[in-house]
Amino acid sequence: MNWQWFHRWSSPRWFYEKTGPWLPWLASAAVLMLVIGSAWGLCFAPIHSQQGNSYRIIYIHVPASFLALAGYYVMAISGAIGLIWRIKLSFMVMKAAAPVGAVLTFISLVTGAIWGKPTWGAWWVWDARITSMLVLFFLYLGMIALQEAYENQESADKTSAILALVGMINVPIIYKSVDWWFTLHQPATLKLTGNSSIHPSMAYPLIWMIVSFYLTYAWLLLERVRLEILQREKRTRWVQELVNLAT
Amino acid sequence: MIQLPGLGTLLLASVKRDLLLAFRNRGDIANPAIFFLSVLVFVPLGISPEAAVLAPIAPGMIWILALLATLLSLDRLFKGDFEDGSLEQMAISGQPLYWLVMVKALVHWLITGLPLTLLAPLLGVMMALPDAGFGPLIASLLLGSGSLSLVGSIGAALTVALRRGGLLLSLIIMPLYVPVLIFGTGAVRNAIEGFAFSGQLAVLGAYFAGALLLAPLAAAGALRIGLNQ
Repeated sequence: MNWQWFHRWSSPRWFYEKTGPWLPWLASAAVLMLVIGSAWGLCFAPIHSQQGNSYRIIYIHVPASFLALAGYYVMAISGAIGLIWRIKLSFMVMKAAAPVGAVLTFISLVTGAIWGKPTWGAWWVWDARITSMLVLFFLYLGMIALQEAYENQESADKTSAILALVGMINVPIIYKSVDWWFTLHQPATLKLTGNSSIHPSMAYPLIWMIVSFYLTYAWLLLERVRLEILQREKRTRWVQELVNLAT
Repeated sequence: MIQLPGLGTLLLASVKRDLLLAFRNRGDIANPAIFFLSVLVFVPLGISPEAAVLAPIAPGMIWILALLATLLSLDRLFKGDFEDGSLEQMAISGQPLYWLVMVKALVHWLITGLPLTLLAPLLGVMMALPDAGFGPLIASLLLGSGSLSLVGSIGAALTVALRRGGLLLSLIIMPLYVPVLIFGTGAVRNAIEGFAFSGQLAVLGAYFAGALLLAPLAAAGALRIGLNQ
């Protein structure tokens, strides 16, 4: 197998130049899928027997929550790769993933609160899932703050990678402990999707939306990584030529 | 060729030195305990002096105060040694930083975690904690405060090279303290309500064992990065 091909991907310049042509495709596919999925979920999916139309926020809430969690692992794993194999590009992915993940966690919390008001009668409930989502939000904020605090980019990368790894070990522990804390003290009446026996006519648009959120995530992450590459390599000749060409 | 001291000698000297430094600078020992006590005064003033109100929130309140007092003292864990260069000397001494972090965390626990645990019964009385809660409160603090020092050492190491790392340290360490808080208060609450609480203590012990193994590793790595910058 030709490993040279593989190694080239760790070069920021190679990555930037190769991913450029993908962007229009990725972006249009993500937007198209989001539009179709939203129309399907919001207009054509059947009305819920108990929650009426309010359940429709699930088509944003659940995909956002999925990606908020997956995004943490994207961040932590790329941080680990950066620490172990000293790949700069990997650190850039880690840094780029933090704000995207934080925003998705925030969307998940806000849509959850909006959904909670009509169904549970309260904006905020200290339910296990909500609480662990909030803790996840703080973990993301900690990552962003640590990145910002260091002036030296190399130290910022390495320290945040360590924090991401520590968090990766702790996320399941936090999740389980909060889950455990909740079930002990309150009855489990607040199940979101019942026994997860969701009807296919509602589930298909949901799966569609999850896939389109994954695509959107990939698109946004790619954009941010490319921006990060330009910022960090701004002194190199290829970036300056690129900028001169554009202006 | 100068003969470098062995690991055991180094660690023993390090414990002695850190303890001596702490006793010379008594504020380091007294401040967390005074903070612990003085914030407690706010609780009856701010919420209610009634025993009926205080008793149910006592376990959680004491645990939260212990957590805050630990956070307050963490900033200084490696700072002094970093600033005067002795941390650098320890790093190039040829001995693993892992053990040095372990010793620092141990001394930190001796001068904050242990006094807080010993003060806890007094606070329990002031907060009208039911009798059944005292044993589990001390046991859970004893098991949990070790984790607080160890996990906190990661945060202190991550922010050691920063001039103003105090607030940032709290921000990044808080989420990691969530499990300790949940199981610590859970043990006391269960005991008060007459349920078994050994499960929570076992989880606290497991978390402590995990922290003992992994936290110095992460903190040592973070210290090396801080020293290299």
